[in-house]
Amino acid sequence: MESKIASACQSCSQFNANGLKKLGVSTDNFDFVIAIAGNPNTGKSTVFNALTGLRQHTGNWPGKTVVRAEGAFQYNDRKFKLVDLPGTYSLLSTSQDEEVARNFILFGKPDVTIIVVDAGRLERNLNLVLQILEITNKAVLCLNLMDEANRNNINIEVRSLARDLGIPVVPTSARFNEGIPELIQTINDVATGEIICKSRHIKNVNGNINEAVKKLSAEIEKQFPSMPNSRWIAFRLLEGDTRIIKALRNGELA
Amino acid sequence: MNTTSVEKIIALSRDLRWQIGDEFHDNLAEGIYADASEIAMGSVSSDNSKKRFRLDAKIDKIVTSKAWGFPIMILILGVVLWITIIGANYPSSMLADLLLENFHPFLKGLAASIGMPWWLDGFLIDGVYLAVAWVIAVMLPPMAIFFPMFTLLEDFGYLPRVAFNLDYLFKKSGAHGKQALTMSMGFGCNAAGVVATRIIDSPRERLIAIITNNFSLCNGRWPTQILIATIFIGAVVPASISGLASLSAVISIAILGIFFMFVVSWALSKTVLKGEVSTFNLELPPYRPPRFWKTVYTSIIDRTLIVLWRAILFAAPAGAVIWLISNIYIGDLSIASWTITSLDGFGFLLGLNGVILLAYIVAIPANEIVIPTILMLTVMATGIAGGDGVGVMFELDSAGETATILKAGGWTLLTAVNLMLFSLLHNPCSTTIYTIYKETKSVKWTVFASVLPVIMGFVLTFLVAQIWRIVF
Repeated sequence: MESKIASACQSCSQFNANGLKKLGVSTDNFDFVIAIAGNPNTGKSTVFNALTGLRQHTGNWPGKTVVRAEGAFQYNDRKFKLVDLPGTYSLLSTSQDEEVARNFILFGKPDVTIIVVDAGRLERNLNLVLQILEITNKAVLCLNLMDEANRNNINIEVRSLARDLGIPVVPTSARFNEGIPELIQTINDVATGEIICKSRHIKNVNGNINEAVKKLSAEIEKQFPSMPNSRWIAFRLLEGDTRIIKALRNGELA
Repeated sequence: MNTTSVEKIIALSRDLRWQIGDEFHDNLAEGIYADASEIAMGSVSSDNSKKRFRLDAKIDKIVTSKAWGFPIMILILGVVLWITIIGANYPSSMLADLLLENFHPFLKGLAASIGMPWWLDGFLIDGVYLAVAWVIAVMLPPMAIFFPMFTLLEDFGYLPRVAFNLDYLFKKSGAHGKQALTMSMGFGCNAAGVVATRIIDSPRERLIAIITNNFSLCNGRWPTQILIATIFIGAVVPASISGLASLSAVISIAILGIFFMFVVSWALSKTVLKGEVSTFNLELPPYRPPRFWKTVYTSIIDRTLIVLWRAILFAAPAGAVIWLISNIYIGDLSIASWTITSLDGFGFLLGLNGVILLAYIVAIPANEIVIPTILMLTVMATGIAGGDGVGVMFELDSAGETATILKAGGWTLLTAVNLMLFSLLHNPCSTTIYTIYKETKSVKWTVFASVLPVIMGFVLTFLVAQIWRIVF
């Protein structure tokens, strides 16, 4: 069964098997840095392995990746360095694994962030997706575990989801390597600027908070005109996040 | 960059925070959820026939139930160990036959034919080579069976259920429920278990999890437990139930370890690490049929070979040390003999002997080489014929031969029981100690975590020895 599908895929121009080289751990001289984020147990490490050819340990329990793993692949002469982040439900609190993920997306400024979600539990996963999209607008949604979602008769309108989030959405079943070629192509296109994202910002913020956020982020933008995530910084400052205050003071965010 | 303008932003944020009040966090979270539900409503539709969700729920109802949760856990542990014990026998004796009975004499012959001096030949072939060969023969087969089975359970999604079952007990002992996950990882390797504690948010509970991880019987100590249980516990009962008896002995030790984990966690949270128990959400992921061959392959490559390589790295110098201390003489006794004699008194108090204590000292870098070391030192100290001479790690291809040597060395059932207890309760291996330091960045807690189990081991074996001698 698999060989048949594989050959059909290989005939497709998107597949581009010749352009892809899995580089394992050799992460020198890369052109782009790609982060993989997502809720626990959505298959981030499986996606990471599928892209890099590495065998980062995977397991069916939340919290398996606690340190960030790095790997690389090459696609059409461009080298991509991949960073597999610990799974988190949110970026709003501060446990150690959440901070690893948050700090990398915020301070590491990856060229593309792949957000891996469980297609069968999309609504719950969107909580994190929306927070990441406040920080970065160069992101790809990897709608993983499609095989399970299909088995459970869950149907997802990929196009309308992409429109609502303002970023490309790629359905995958990373365990079976399905959708990985499309994912690579999309990562490439976002990294090179061929696809320009207009990421969604959180809309349902209540009145007086929204006022405060607007005021504060306007002030931030005045001082740091090139900062892409002033609104999120404003959120964090209003929460009194000491790490962000420190980062503002020492210029990490500029 | 302008520091005053940054301070202005921070000051403004402070003012605004006063204005909007405490509910900011909750309001923002609610806003995000509202957004998420809007988006999901626009794109997700599902059929009502959710058959598999119901099947998952049904399995969960049984494996996490009050009545069946614990028996099923013990049963699964039992089956995994049973397959490991039975299955490892044959490849182990094959490897021993190949590496020890055939290749060792061949190397000796080769050394003799090129006229290698006796001390170099002894040091390299009887010390380093035999130590390495022994570790491979003893460790590789059980690991190659145990790890894939453990990984299959992990991929299937059973570990979070274990955490769910044990959560109540951990909470009772003032620790974090997720410690059940790090404990399970510790059954594979304590160093891995210590790193896994990063999933625990609260520093207090994380420290408890780090200190008590050593009570998870690790992969280096399973073979010791299995071997001693097979030789002694299995030998005192009728042959028909000897397998069952040794299996129960090993499981009892593992469960005793979990018991100590709770007791020590409780004691710590009532004394030096006081604090509230934090609540958390544990997601029970769907059961996923593991991809069998892929899992077996990766667990052998990634876990088994890495752990084995580490054991070899430590076994080689340990073999050299053993040969040296057995062959360097002070007066008319070797260093090893001196040490064994002087440790014997203390060993007797603990129901152990000088050989075992010396073996633990030599094997501090790696627990997994304790049994080979004990055998070699026993042969040397008791002068039993059969070995290739002083300081040679012994060639034993069956549990029966091992038993003969140990019994000749004065071992009794008490020695065996206390060795199993001491193997559970002693300092973590050097890799784990280093990992604890890296994770806690505290010398104080590293020393504490290393010394506490040794003291517990001394106290427990002492008590068992005294009571045993009164009763029997």
